[in-house]
Amino acid sequence: MIETGAEGTRECVEKLRSEVKIVRVNVDIVIVGGGTAGCFAAVSAKEASPNTSVLVIEKAHIKRSGCLASGVNAINAYLNPGETPQSYLEYVKRDSAGLVREDLVLTIGQRLNRVTEKLESWGLPFIKDEFGRYKARGKRNVEIVGEAIKPIIAKAVEESGVTVLNRTAATNYIVKDGRVAGVFAFSAREKTFYIISSKAVICASGGAAGIYRPNNGSSARHKMWYCPFNVGTGLAMGLRAGAEMTTFEMRFIALRIKDVISPTGTVAQGASARQINALGEAYQKRYENNSTPVRTYAVVEENKAGRGPCYLDFTHLPESENRRLKEAYLNMSPGMVLKWADEETEPNGKAVEVCTSEPYIVGGHGQAGYWVDEYRESTVKGLFAAGDVAGGAPKKYVTGCFAEGEIAAQTALEYIKMIKTNSETEVCGDENLDRELARVFGPLYRTAGANPDEYEDRLQKIMDEYAGGISTNYELCEPKLIAARKMLVLLQQDVERRLMARDLHELVKAHEVIDRILVARVLVEHLLYRKETRWRSYQERADYPGRDDQQWFKFVNSVYDSSKDLIKIIERPGKAGVLS
Amino acid sequence: MSVYINRSLCNGCGALKESRCSEVCPGDLLYKDIENKCAVRDPWDCWDCASCIKECPRQAIEIRLPVQLGGRGSALKAKSIGGRIIWRLTKPDGSEEIFDIVTINE
Repeated sequence: MIETGAEGTRECVEKLRSEVKIVRVNVDIVIVGGGTAGCFAAVSAKEASPNTSVLVIEKAHIKRSGCLASGVNAINAYLNPGETPQSYLEYVKRDSAGLVREDLVLTIGQRLNRVTEKLESWGLPFIKDEFGRYKARGKRNVEIVGEAIKPIIAKAVEESGVTVLNRTAATNYIVKDGRVAGVFAFSAREKTFYIISSKAVICASGGAAGIYRPNNGSSARHKMWYCPFNVGTGLAMGLRAGAEMTTFEMRFIALRIKDVISPTGTVAQGASARQINALGEAYQKRYENNSTPVRTYAVVEENKAGRGPCYLDFTHLPESENRRLKEAYLNMSPGMVLKWADEETEPNGKAVEVCTSEPYIVGGHGQAGYWVDEYRESTVKGLFAAGDVAGGAPKKYVTGCFAEGEIAAQTALEYIKMIKTNSETEVCGDENLDRELARVFGPLYRTAGANPDEYEDRLQKIMDEYAGGISTNYELCEPKLIAARKMLVLLQQDVERRLMARDLHELVKAHEVIDRILVARVLVEHLLYRKETRWRSYQERADYPGRDDQQWFKFVNSVYDSSKDLIKIIERPGKAGVLS
Repeated sequence: MSVYINRSLCNGCGALKESRCSEVCPGDLLYKDIENKCAVRDPWDCWDCASCIKECPRQAIEIRLPVQLGGRGSALKAKSIGGRIIWRLTKPDGSEEIFDIVTINE
């Protein structure tokens, strides 16, 4: 056994070198995360350049990993007849208080329909209208039977010739001469450490859940909107490599069906449900607009004013619709069907209560993530980002993640033409390897401390109470945020010395909590910096309640200096990335 | 916790090194125990994504709502055949409802 605090010592490193199997891999492109964006990036790269070696590393198994594990019953970013990439951009801007990266949203919009059709060609069933077109569920939505969406995508990856390393958790980028030249990772199945050298890396690891205390506690704590296994690993890796991040402060809070945290869109748009409060009033018209943040905010305010709970009422639906709705939920969120059964009711039997989730840090609904250019290149050479981990383009959803995966793959293919092959030993010297080996496996060798769940609880308590969680109606103020900042620094120090893992499963969880704490620290700096309220509830400053376009129509970005443990905030103009 | 494994039906996928449910679980929460049957670890980490029940060739796994969320014993099982999924919903009174959905176009 190695004593606490001894990690990194010669003795510890020698022990690790003898006990951990070290595997070196060399490929052209590594993709971190085999979810929506990562899989599409992988297939796109391989299709465009069959001789390029592409490796996906995935913490779970690509057949059911990421946000689409359970399925999805609509494509929420598709341009139905009459819609254009420009009208999509206008909608996203309007919904996001005007501040978005227009170049990113537009380049997504240009690809939405093509990637959707590709999904259909892979075998996903789309519901059609009487003209044989996709059945619209709104201006930018179409209905699908999406239970098997992830197995379908995974099969396309398998058939494309891409190599997949399942049950492999990425821990850090390998940075060599100012460029990302690979990825460190470890296996969740055996004591194996991977040194993967590559010419380019595409990060598609998703956003972060588990930063805030969730709606449900104890036995149901993971009954949540976002994939609870997306913990911001790619964000933390990017931060540690000095990549610039944007708009963490635009958190995303989902409006969901109470308890089961099932989607509301299925009935709000798919069954024209009425949104009512406990008095039966259509409360939304009381609020400034009907944007996505304000729909969340309205529910919070109705409850504060004593007019809660709020409901989605679709009791007007005919009996014949009950079965269709149950099937739609089975294809995405089967817990809802269990809820109706347990309540001994049919879907049209009574209105369903809605709630607002804990905040998440995501780039697919909100716009937190890597600061990338139009080609999805990050501020660090050789590193590209797509999907929920990429910032600046909210409301991209599944098809937007595909579009970004495709763009990132195209850019990475261009980039690697300029990179000469390096051997694995060239990119990662012994000193780097020893440091990362000790950092990654250290928790397995500690004899005193606390387990990952305990630190996760602490993190979520701090964030909930001091950084605008559910218990404070998402409201933020400077003194509490400063308190959170201090508590998080202390928590990070404790975790570095005392975090213990009994086995490889706990080691994965240990790194999840390490990465979440860094994401939370950067989030708090973003929340402190923006002194206005731009996005209701998502970024609700009790001490600066108004929106101030004069001062704050700009992006709040950040860079972390890991050698000094300092987070620096950078302002970028609000018109950054506007296409002329 | 909402995943329940019927140990008399589960055979741990026989000689497979890893059972099918364990292979796909996004939280890595299922494993083969010493009796070569699947078990759940850290059940509070389950997302209720239902991937395991869809993957099980013997319908040995079902999901229920946790009591905390109003669970009263309803259960869902699934059977994947080709491009179809057949759901079996059992309600608190013991009655059943079957859903047969085409999920992959050939």
